[in-house]
Amino acid sequence: MITSLPSLPIGLRRLRDAAERLTTPLLPDDYLAMINPLWSARELRGRIVSVVPETADSATLTIAPGAGWRFEHRPGQYVGIGAALHGRFRWRSYSLTSVPTARTDTLTITVKAMPEGMLSGHLVRGLEPGTVVRLARPEGDFFLPEPPPPRLLFITTGSGITPVMAILRTMDRRGSMTDVVLVHSVPDPEAMLFRAELHDLRDHHPSFRLHEQFSRRDGRISLTHDLQRLCPDWRERQAWVCGTDSLLEEAGRVWADANRAPSLHREKFASARIGNASAGGSVRFSTSGFAVETDGATTLLEAGERAGILMPFGCRMGICRTCVLPLTAGRVRDLRTGTEHEGGHQMIQTCINAPAGDCVLDI
Amino acid sequence: MPNSRTVSQPAITQAVVTARSSTLRTTAGLSEFEVSRLAAELDAIRAEVMGDLGAADADYIRRVIAVQRGLEFGGRALLMVSLFPPAWLAGTGALAVAKILENMEIGHNVLHGQWDWMGDPEIHSTTWEWDAVSPAAGWKRSHNVVHHTYTNILGKDRDLGYSAIRVDPAQPWKPIHLFQPLYNLGLSLGFEYGIAIYDLELDKVAAGDKPWSQARAEIGGLWQKIRRQWIKDYVAFPLLSGPAAPTTLVANVVANVARNVWGHTVIFCGHFPAGAQTFTEDQLVDESPGGWYIRQVLGSANLDGPPLLHLMTGNLSHQIEHHLFPDMPSNRYAEIAPKVREVCARYGLPYTSGSLPRQYAGVLLTIARLALPGGGRRVAGGENAGWM
Repeated sequence: MITSLPSLPIGLRRLRDAAERLTTPLLPDDYLAMINPLWSARELRGRIVSVVPETADSATLTIAPGAGWRFEHRPGQYVGIGAALHGRFRWRSYSLTSVPTARTDTLTITVKAMPEGMLSGHLVRGLEPGTVVRLARPEGDFFLPEPPPPRLLFITTGSGITPVMAILRTMDRRGSMTDVVLVHSVPDPEAMLFRAELHDLRDHHPSFRLHEQFSRRDGRISLTHDLQRLCPDWRERQAWVCGTDSLLEEAGRVWADANRAPSLHREKFASARIGNASAGGSVRFSTSGFAVETDGATTLLEAGERAGILMPFGCRMGICRTCVLPLTAGRVRDLRTGTEHEGGHQMIQTCINAPAGDCVLDI
Repeated sequence: MPNSRTVSQPAITQAVVTARSSTLRTTAGLSEFEVSRLAAELDAIRAEVMGDLGAADADYIRRVIAVQRGLEFGGRALLMVSLFPPAWLAGTGALAVAKILENMEIGHNVLHGQWDWMGDPEIHSTTWEWDAVSPAAGWKRSHNVVHHTYTNILGKDRDLGYSAIRVDPAQPWKPIHLFQPLYNLGLSLGFEYGIAIYDLELDKVAAGDKPWSQARAEIGGLWQKIRRQWIKDYVAFPLLSGPAAPTTLVANVVANVARNVWGHTVIFCGHFPAGAQTFTEDQLVDESPGGWYIRQVLGSANLDGPPLLHLMTGNLSHQIEHHLFPDMPSNRYAEIAPKVREVCARYGLPYTSGSLPRQYAGVLLTIARLALPGGGRRVAGGENAGWM
């Protein structure tokens, strides 16, 4: 089977190779999964252990991952989670909030239900403990280096606190809390994730300073105006910023103006990951590096061919599936039905789909 | 010769398929406007189902897969004690049924991309490999692309008689065809090997249309797959059953052959019985979506029977619906069949359908008749009248 397999211990791998002689063209995993889905390492899976509400519209999911998962993520990285909704797998990425350690058999993510988010709402409100979800390997370069830099500054808004929470918990657990300033903005105290825990951390670690900004009461944070007051030595700190697009842009400007761009780490979040244009857009072909602008009526196949890429194709009418390619990001629209597909972990037919906004194809 | 088949549509009296020339034939006597309206109606049937796909459909395919794996596991477990005749019988039966389900309702349909909409990489046309000697990749090309695009077009659709059997009087007769009843029997017994060799498109290599290097790479891939299949069925499992090794070996051969014969039967009934039409290449010129739909209806034939028959044929018993909508999940064909039939009736398109024994008898008669030269005239006398 042409699936990349997660790493297993060598003994188990040998046993599996031998058993594969008997199960070919399937894997032994495919039979094991009939008994317990978590025993299959073909796809990373996890079982929902609990869903604990945090605020009115968010919850922390504890997940017991199955075979092939290794607790080796870096604090601050995110994980893809795929859940079936009306028969279709939907994928979203969420920051891991648990401390990476081998002495555990669960991981946690904290999810905020987005107004437009079909999956996030389902994860927060509709997921029964015991449900088996799919997982993707932890990814992302927004993580705490080891050992932690001596002086740190975190600036977060809303659920942008989640990756930073993983970092803070890790430093707390490992006793490596350095000189840390956290500037966190949320609409009001009720909407604030991890409030009690952050207060606890502040009480236990003299080197951890917390500034809470409640934007309904205090107004939004303006880095240009407030940063100097909130953290006078910000230029001497490694900074991690996670939140809305506008916050990230402002941070980029402020750090660049101060000639301190290399010490700024940024993480795009939530809604910013979803494109919304109605028709056409730029198509990037990630392996070959080409990009083309298209209208909403040009298929991805035609766009690719126009860019000079050797696109796989067959019937060119949507029946044979020779042309399917991974849609890494963005949205496309099926020209026959108008149905939209969203990127992430989807294979799409290039011959009958046109871009709906900017998108990235893996070829 | 090419025009000689146009008229005869016995048994389907409402048919207005009395088209006059080959260029008109895929329109089945319909005006351009009627053809586009027909296309819109069929599109609407498709859109309704595709928009309605959901958890129940996903549960269906996962259930079929679970049953198939259960049967395969159970069958192979029983064969561990295959010296005990009832165990041999039950084990062989379970294994044969598992292999048929795997190839038909699961493999064929997953490889068509019918379940790609679920977004599950474990049940996806790009990752699936089936329990047959032909590698999925080559089959997807020759089947999904060539056969489903150029359905029943002489000289284009290589599935038509699998380039070896004369199933249509318009195919030129060669002396070798005298033996076709015999080698059709051979093809039936070893169908999976026939498909595998056929997917290599050696005829294209001979004609210089396909590089030999590519064929060689594919032969390498095929040999690897064959080896894996043989080791599993003819070495590993027999050895595991210890003293029962010989009886297990025989059981596995029987299961594979039963699967082959069944697959061959179903597939030959889908396109070659009396009533299903063939076309010439000039019909491809400027063919509209409606024209393509019409060709799919005219070139396919359904099998009537109980739900179990539909399951065991991978719903290819709804060959017409499958050819109209190859990527629609197979569990939905039964519900749209009456609608498709009604649309066909309104537009005067023959909707060929019959029981398995009748259709298969017709196919065998055709193969026997066309072993001899000629055969361009059909004897009237019912749906399953062969070419006489």
